[in-house]
Amino acid sequence: MFDDMYREVILDHYKNPRGHGTLDDPDAHADGQNPLCGDEVSIYVAFGEDGETIDEVKFSGRGCAISQAATSMLTEMVAGRTAVQVAALDKDELLEEIGIPLTPVRLKCAMLGLTTLKVALHKAKGTALPEGLAGFDDLDLS
Amino acid sequence: MAATAGTRKLNAHAVRADFPIFEQKIHGKPLAFLDSAASSQKPRQMLEAMTTFYETSYANVHRGVYVLAERATAGLEGAREKVRALINAPDAREIIFVRNATEAINLVAYSWGMNNLGPGDLVIVSELEHHSNFVPWQYVAGKTGARVAMLPLTDDGELDLSALDGLAKDGNVKVVATNHVSNSIGTINPIEKLAAWAHEQGAIFVCDGAQSAPHLAIDVQALGVDFFAISGHKLCGPSGIGALWGRGDLLQAMEPFLTGGHMISSVRLEKTTWGELPHKFEAGTAPMAEAVGLGAAIDYLQDVGFDAIAQHEHELAAYALGRLSEVPGITLYGPPADRRAGIVSFNLDGIHPHDVAQILDMQGVAIRAGHHCCQPLMHKLGVAATNRASFYLYTVQEEIDQLADGLYTVQKVFA
Ligand SMILES: Cc1ncc(COP(=O)(O)O)c(C=O)c1O
Repeated sequence: MFDDMYREVILDHYKNPRGHGTLDDPDAHADGQNPLCGDEVSIYVAFGEDGETIDEVKFSGRGCAISQAATSMLTEMVAGRTAVQVAALDKDELLEEIGIPLTPVRLKCAMLGLTTLKVALHKAKGTALPEGLAGFDDLDLS
Repeated sequence: MAATAGTRKLNAHAVRADFPIFEQKIHGKPLAFLDSAASSQKPRQMLEAMTTFYETSYANVHRGVYVLAERATAGLEGAREKVRALINAPDAREIIFVRNATEAINLVAYSWGMNNLGPGDLVIVSELEHHSNFVPWQYVAGKTGARVAMLPLTDDGELDLSALDGLAKDGNVKVVATNHVSNSIGTINPIEKLAAWAHEQGAIFVCDGAQSAPHLAIDVQALGVDFFAISGHKLCGPSGIGALWGRGDLLQAMEPFLTGGHMISSVRLEKTTWGELPHKFEAGTAPMAEAVGLGAAIDYLQDVGFDAIAQHEHELAAYALGRLSEVPGITLYGPPADRRAGIVSFNLDGIHPHDVAQILDMQGVAIRAGHHCCQPLMHKLGVAATNRASFYLYTVQEEIDQLADGLYTVQKVFA
């Protein structure tokens, strides 16, 4: 009965997160927070030699199984894509990968990593801000 | 009325029959509702009082001369008297209806704070505060040049009163504001002592009673506070109504919070003068039906008896602390059972509260997971969030068993 949300693959990513850690001298970086629960995630990005293609993404922070697993999956998904491509990445693509039914509250958990990654890319490359944040020009993007 | 009026011990199974919400199943399981600290469920008696009011007595209050307006006015003012009696305030005119405890505290922070705070002044709140008794003070302090200091907690999760005199060295203490009962960890705070200390400093004492009024017999005069804030929805009343009690002389001297219709004495282009208490602070059409519902909720709780309610919750808290402490890898927060209200906060090793609450929900158990609007406290505890189970007069031991059993299932999913 818990198989729906807590699928084996979610628990696996939660217990053995890919891309967990930090980068010392990242090309892009942002800290994100889920105000509903106080969860935090920091994202670190290294670009390849062309300065556009994502070579590596690391993340640190604390969160629930859904947010940690989603961020872990994200780091695998975006490696090899350009900043512009990731900025345009549709949230449904990540949701498909996660592959579980999510209530609106848990959707926020699942999106924390992607939102933070898009903010990091916006700061480094001026790419589009994520849905919902667009238009907040004076946003504190520290 | 299934409640056990007049007897010492509360029969929670009988009380429960008054609450229609429990007639359903959640995910095929009986509903174990352990989130009453966020908001309480509603007894049929309260719901019927509101329906009857709408069906027989509804019109706008105070302004009409016809029968329905008189009935509606009587409903609103009758509820005001019930709130007065609930907290033993000296005068019903000192009871201001607001939307909730948050609005009550904002009223004081703005109407009193904007005119009485300035550079060099200090507002002392505690590390236990709900954001609603911290952010308004931080905001008004920012506008006026005053500062906010936080009274720390001991390791037991109780306020460290020995730190008060040290804090007072940093400024001119003008306001001390704490909650009576902590919504996060259930601590019952020593309000009499805090209020007495505040008065020695020449400060006012603002008490956030959102979590105490539903559960304990309150006497604002014996507590010695200057303001007391409550939310109706937490004490079996409807959402959308709360109350502020304030000492008459302070309320008289304060400027209004909201302005507009109903709160005036006379209006001219050159100048408007304010109405008498409580109207000065009640601009616009009042939450009439909500007030009637709140009054009925107070009647209901008083029929059951606050001593019986407090005793019942105390027993549940002790039982829950016992059952939960058997769960391997659990951390329990807050003071010992004899010094706490019916609130138990905990974490399971390695499992985030969101996941705990989600898997419990699938077993029909509703608890809160998150920071409980207490981020400074979470910071102090060194966590982002906790799980919280909270109890009320309709809570039965079986629900706590359902919670404890559910936690073992959570651990199996994550094993
Ligand atoms: C201690 C405490 N103070 C204030 C509030 C705010 O109550 P409301 O949201 O009804 O304004 C709450 C509600 O959670 C609370 O627990």
